[in-house]
Amino acid sequence: MATLMTERKRSALTRGRLPKYTPYVIAASSVVVAAALMALIGFHVFGWAVLSAVLFATANVVSSALVEGRRKATDKLATSLVVGAFLVALLPLVSVIWTVWVNGVPGLLTPGFLSTSMNGVTGAVDNASVKDGTPVLGGVYHALVGSILITLWATLISVPVGLLTAIYLVEYSAGNRFSKVITFLVDVMTGIPSIVAGLFAAAFFAMILGPGTKTGFVAAVALSVLMIPVVVRSSEEMLKIVPNELREAAYALGVRKWRTILKVVIPTAISGIASGVTLAIARVIGETAPLLVTAGFATTINMNVFAGWMSSLPTFIYTQIMTPTSPSNADPSTQRAWAAALLLIILVMLLNLGARLVARLFAPKTGR
Amino acid sequence: MSKRIDVSDLNVYYGDFRAVEDVNITLDAKSVTAFIGPSGCGKSTFLRTLNRMHEVIPGARVEGKVLLDGDNLYGDGVDPVTVRSQIGMVFQRPNPFPTMSIRDNVLAGVKLNNRRISRSDADELVEGSLRGANLWNEVKDRLEKPGSGLSGGQQQRLCIARAIAVSPDVILMDEPCSALDPISTLAIEDLINELKDEYTVVIVTHNMQQAARVSDKTAFFNIAGTGKPGKLIEFAETATIFNNPREKSTEDYVSGRFG
Amino acid sequence: MFSGAALGAGALIVAVLFAVALFLVVQALPTFSANPADITGGRGFFDYIFPIVVGTLIAATIALLIATPIGVAVALFTSHYAPRRLARGLGYVVDLLAAIPSVVYGAWGASYLASQLKVPYAWLAENFGWIPLFAGPASGTGKTILTAGIVLAVMVLPIIASLTREIFLQAPMLHQEAALALGATRWEMIRMAVLPFARGGIISAVMLGLGRALGETMAVALVLSSGPLIASLIRSGNQTIAAEIALDFPEAFGLRMHELIAAGLVLFLITLVVNMVARWIINRHKEFSGAN
Repeated sequence: MATLMTERKRSALTRGRLPKYTPYVIAASSVVVAAALMALIGFHVFGWAVLSAVLFATANVVSSALVEGRRKATDKLATSLVVGAFLVALLPLVSVIWTVWVNGVPGLLTPGFLSTSMNGVTGAVDNASVKDGTPVLGGVYHALVGSILITLWATLISVPVGLLTAIYLVEYSAGNRFSKVITFLVDVMTGIPSIVAGLFAAAFFAMILGPGTKTGFVAAVALSVLMIPVVVRSSEEMLKIVPNELREAAYALGVRKWRTILKVVIPTAISGIASGVTLAIARVIGETAPLLVTAGFATTINMNVFAGWMSSLPTFIYTQIMTPTSPSNADPSTQRAWAAALLLIILVMLLNLGARLVARLFAPKTGR
Repeated sequence: MSKRIDVSDLNVYYGDFRAVEDVNITLDAKSVTAFIGPSGCGKSTFLRTLNRMHEVIPGARVEGKVLLDGDNLYGDGVDPVTVRSQIGMVFQRPNPFPTMSIRDNVLAGVKLNNRRISRSDADELVEGSLRGANLWNEVKDRLEKPGSGLSGGQQQRLCIARAIAVSPDVILMDEPCSALDPISTLAIEDLINELKDEYTVVIVTHNMQQAARVSDKTAFFNIAGTGKPGKLIEFAETATIFNNPREKSTEDYVSGRFG
Repeated sequence: MFSGAALGAGALIVAVLFAVALFLVVQALPTFSANPADITGGRGFFDYIFPIVVGTLIAATIALLIATPIGVAVALFTSHYAPRRLARGLGYVVDLLAAIPSVVYGAWGASYLASQLKVPYAWLAENFGWIPLFAGPASGTGKTILTAGIVLAVMVLPIIASLTREIFLQAPMLHQEAALALGATRWEMIRMAVLPFARGGIISAVMLGLGRALGETMAVALVLSSGPLIASLIRSGNQTIAAEIALDFPEAFGLRMHELIAAGLVLFLITLVVNMVARWIINRHKEFSGAN
């Protein structure tokens, strides 16, 4: 065996490279320089952070271009832009959550916010609470009830239709022309603007029950139009990944097709289907536009989805902002709107978490 | 140009799992070295550490030294990009860029460093590299056609042309013939024999006859069992490994008793 | 029986979609047969719908101009730049962004973002007022089409980011390794082996984002202080179809209702075309990548 060559002290591989500590030095000096510049024009934490980041990226790229050449500098520029874009994208998320949290907590903690409706809460009541400094009256009970009932009915319509369609597409159609039409139309439905879905339901019931029919059920139909394609899509994906061996094993035992689907295929895919349905609920519970044109604006509790106007959390937020209860003192309405927004976000997040949990809990038992 | 590689005390880890243990080996310049051994013995992993391509695999890391004519690939401040432009690699499955023509595939690596290469220089380089890869006569009339239209063996030779176009010091080949038919395999083997006049060639192969045919020296890797790290068992002239190995396990493997 | 029910459900979807188109058309018809003088604006349906179609396009264009580069960069960050362990969490954050209801974005845009943008708008009007897009005087509330476009951008960004992330993750490792083995830097590898592969997917993701931006209602209804069509992006004015419907439909009756449904039909057709083009690109791309 040849003798081992010893390591060279000055490696040819590191020629024309910046030392390893360079970025740290640049970062530290950028922060200091940015602080100094900010001190000149008025200090602001956010501005300081942005200026530091910009200085760091620029110095990093320029120094690299001078020492390491174009290719390395381009790579660093791309990295800076990609990371920068990601940070920029985080800004609105943080801002939205922060705004809703800060503005929403006081209202949400007001006693009675979750348990009272807006029944009897007039501009005079709001004016009084502002003048006397008493807690803001009125709450979201009616809207919460409305949201839950409308979403429940939308789910009751969408899940059977969506799931059965998915079963048809995966188990029965064998890729015939009709199934291609359905797949295409489901794609089209996914892209229907939510306001158009609302208009459809409104127009449909206007023709059957006369113009101006606005009930919770009309809203549920509108939401179903939005929800069905989501359910079809997710269930279809889940049914497709059920291994064919399972179906064949059942057929080999002489089990009929529909029983195989009910007893073998669906139980295997149930976790994915359930989590898909939960995500679909999370999506439609925040829909506002279709409810505006189908459910009307109620201020009282309405438990009947088939008669009378119904409120919901999103439309509650919308009306409280757009048409404050007391035009001269909008603050109580704003407070209620933010509290409702916080409640809505919490609901949606819980549903999203729930979907993940469901996917894990009902996952087919793989332990042997 | 051709450089030698000295590896000392090299360990490769995937997370906490040690995949390759304590490798010491010297790969001579202008020679073909073959790595053989059963599946999972770490020979491909080890090959990747010779141009830091293992870093693409999440969690993979290396301890030890790999010296390329005395320069440590894992030294402080060494950029893997620099390493890879000096140590080229050919993969198991031919992978020409599907969106590029044959000509652009050959020039892909060169254009990184030299964007404004003149038309005539580029033509010369394309022809030289394709001739070097024994592919010129087959593709000279369709240089502007996509590389994915070639046969598997032609694609693999195109990948070799692409690797030698950047004039590396070393060419690593990770089972370059395993996805090819026997005739294409022969073409590649002939090519490897020619390449060693100018390059240090390291080839991982499953095929012992191939190792015997193309290599000057052969390294045999083995694992004691699943979950154990791979080790370099024996490294010697190819003729010695196949006819008169020192280790029992080497003899068992080359005589086809396992693996 | 069971197969019949499954078939029936499929047929119901077909029926629903036809019903959507049919009812929108039937309810929109009175608009076209009405005396042009009775249509809002008094000069027929085309003169009524044109400005709000343009307004819709302006808002969606602004949204895409902002969201496309950032969304693609965010996708690249989560697929190729972020440490692998972080990447999954970041994917969840992007999904979180998509899950926030639009009315909340609208409320945020109207009450927070708009007031933050007043100063920049005034600055734009002062320094770049000679460009028609930034003609002053800037809005005193910040409730302009540009603000609405920015809020829309925030809303479509997660869609573009998560769709393109999926495409980037599918880019074949084989070609990425080939690029790296040639001595490409990370960015060069992305240019050689990821972006060419993902081009079709990015375009369709942007188209789907466009579909969402065109049809999004609440962000615009809450954020924009609407008015007639104007070129300046930093004055109050302009309107989009979806917001017009949301604002006026609850109180609309008679011809006005039919008019708004006709507007909804126009919106439906526009988004339909956009989405179909997007799907077409996706399908073509599927065949293309399957050939490799």
